Amino acid sequence: MNRLSYIGLAIASIFIIVAIFAPLIATHEVNAQDLAMRFAKPSAEHWFGTDALGRDVFSRVVYGTRISLQVGLIVVSITGIVGIIIGAISGFYGGFVDKFLSGYIFNVFLAFPGLLLAIALAAFIDEQQLFQYFIGVSAAESLINFFGKGLSKLILALCIIGWVGYARVMRGQVLKVREYDFVQAAKALGASNMRILFTHIMPNAIQPLIVQASLGMAGAVLSEASLSFLGLGIPPPAPSWGTMIEEARNYFSTSPHVLFFPGIAIGLTVLAFNFIGDGLREYLDPKQRAR
Amino acid sequence: MKYRFLNFARQLALTLLVIWTVVSLVTLLIELVPGSPATTILGETATSEQIANFNQKHGLDRPAFFFSAGGEKGFVWNGADNRYADYWLGLLQGDLGTSFRTDRPVLDMILERYPATIKLAVAAMLVAVGIAIPLGVLAGTNKNKLIDNAASFVALLGISLPTFVIGPFLVYIFAVNLGWFSPTGSFYPEDIILPAVTLGAALSAILTRMVRSSVIEELGEDYVRTARAKGLSERKVIYKHVLKNGLIPVVTILGLQLGVLLSGAIITEKIFGWQGLGLLLLEDGIGKRDYRLVQGCVLVISVTYILANSLTDIVYRRLDPRIRIS
Repeated sequence: MNRLSYIGLAIASIFIIVAIFAPLIATHEVNAQDLAMRFAKPSAEHWFGTDALGRDVFSRVVYGTRISLQVGLIVVSITGIVGIIIGAISGFYGGFVDKFLSGYIFNVFLAFPGLLLAIALAAFIDEQQLFQYFIGVSAAESLINFFGKGLSKLILALCIIGWVGYARVMRGQVLKVREYDFVQAAKALGASNMRILFTHIMPNAIQPLIVQASLGMAGAVLSEASLSFLGLGIPPPAPSWGTMIEEARNYFSTSPHVLFFPGIAIGLTVLAFNFIGDGLREYLDPKQRAR
Repeated sequence: MKYRFLNFARQLALTLLVIWTVVSLVTLLIELVPGSPATTILGETATSEQIANFNQKHGLDRPAFFFSAGGEKGFVWNGADNRYADYWLGLLQGDLGTSFRTDRPVLDMILERYPATIKLAVAAMLVAVGIAIPLGVLAGTNKNKLIDNAASFVALLGISLPTFVIGPFLVYIFAVNLGWFSPTGSFYPEDIILPAVTLGAALSAILTRMVRSSVIEELGEDYVRTARAKGLSERKVIYKHVLKNGLIPVVTILGLQLGVLLSGAIITEKIFGWQGLGLLLLEDGIGKRDYRLVQGCVLVISVTYILANSLTDIVYRRLDPRIRIS
């Protein structure tokens, strides 16, 4: 690991702590409006100033950390698991299955510009109707209430565009690892396919996926902010960083600080996970270490 | 020769297959729309006659696909008279349907905006290349020195800060404070500069890092030693030999990134009020729930992206003979 990845780790840890203890760290109620204090400059009372409705920007940025990291974590977990399973199947079974998955399905998903697909999905999907169709009315209701309105749709869209990256990396890894001697030995000893795949190949193939997950976290945070900025993510008044920037844009020439702080928060989070990912990649690939 | 032809045929087949899938997905996306488009467009107060007229005009009264499954009736075969086939028939004749809102052909609306988006994407690419090559070479030839670290830091900033943060700051500095450009819209030719820099920032950061590591890698090759040994100036060694070989991976990234720029342009266009395809999709399409227009925009952007990627692949093979065979 290089120095930058430790910096990344430190920044990410701070954000995670902020997300967990948000209610203790925030100085004001998230959505409390104070119209007499609109566009206040940063001060001892309002550390990051206030926005167009007199809400405390610091508290909103703090709570926004929760939304960002929550989306990132859920999206990375789901896309990671789905991608790893599909990639492993494709690489392990080979033949027609592999031709269909990696030759066709992967290419279709890679051929779509990710952000555009997410925008289209977010614009067309009605989360309530969709979830009702699959899991019934009451389950859909509780799922949407659990995540908050707009969030489940956003997560779904990001998952649909995200899994293929993991699947591709995993397929390549499995293709490599399954030729190793210990896999051949397991096969010779009569181990079942599932046993070979899960206890022998997977643990030895997973390393580059950790890099992918770290970079995926940065990507998910960025995509969430982008979709919210476009008005397709989490609707106001939820303090998503993207939504905050979209709201601040109209008053930017007179009160740039309202946009500055959530912007910095996004930049730092993305930077941190990119640092971690790059550092891990270098660490895992000795050929790059010398550079 | 045989390999080359086989590769080309495979590439073409895959491209066509992917385009077919994308068109199918986009066609069927409209089925996800909650309720009916008619009530969305005409409002809750519309009479049943108005709704029937609207549905007939846009073909919404007809079955969605060759068959329908589920529901009360179970599996029903609808035959060739369905909306999916309609959309394809129209598409093959260059018809993307009629806008739900304006009653204009969707293709006309898109073609009006298409040049603006391509102009923005190409300008962004030029900005990115213009920044990345000198900066990357500078960083690569001064490996691990102050200038290299500074370039890497700037590159990281470019990757991490999203366009919707960079854009407003550029506007604040160069339009509001310095007054060099218009904050939004494009009234003068130079108004393309801020959107292009905003859109190109991330790409220039990625490219800078690529050029840097490419240059470092190539500098270690034997031909560089030969070139130096025969007395070429360092400048000639870098720009005639190293860059020529080092730029091959960069060209691939450029082609692949053209598509990313096209979808990234959606955000940039919103920031600057740039009248391109992205703003058409966001404001007239999604904002006014004109789903036919959304379909058209998504389709045109995706197909442009796919074609750009395929072309890149072909150019890449031409540039590097080693790839042709493997």
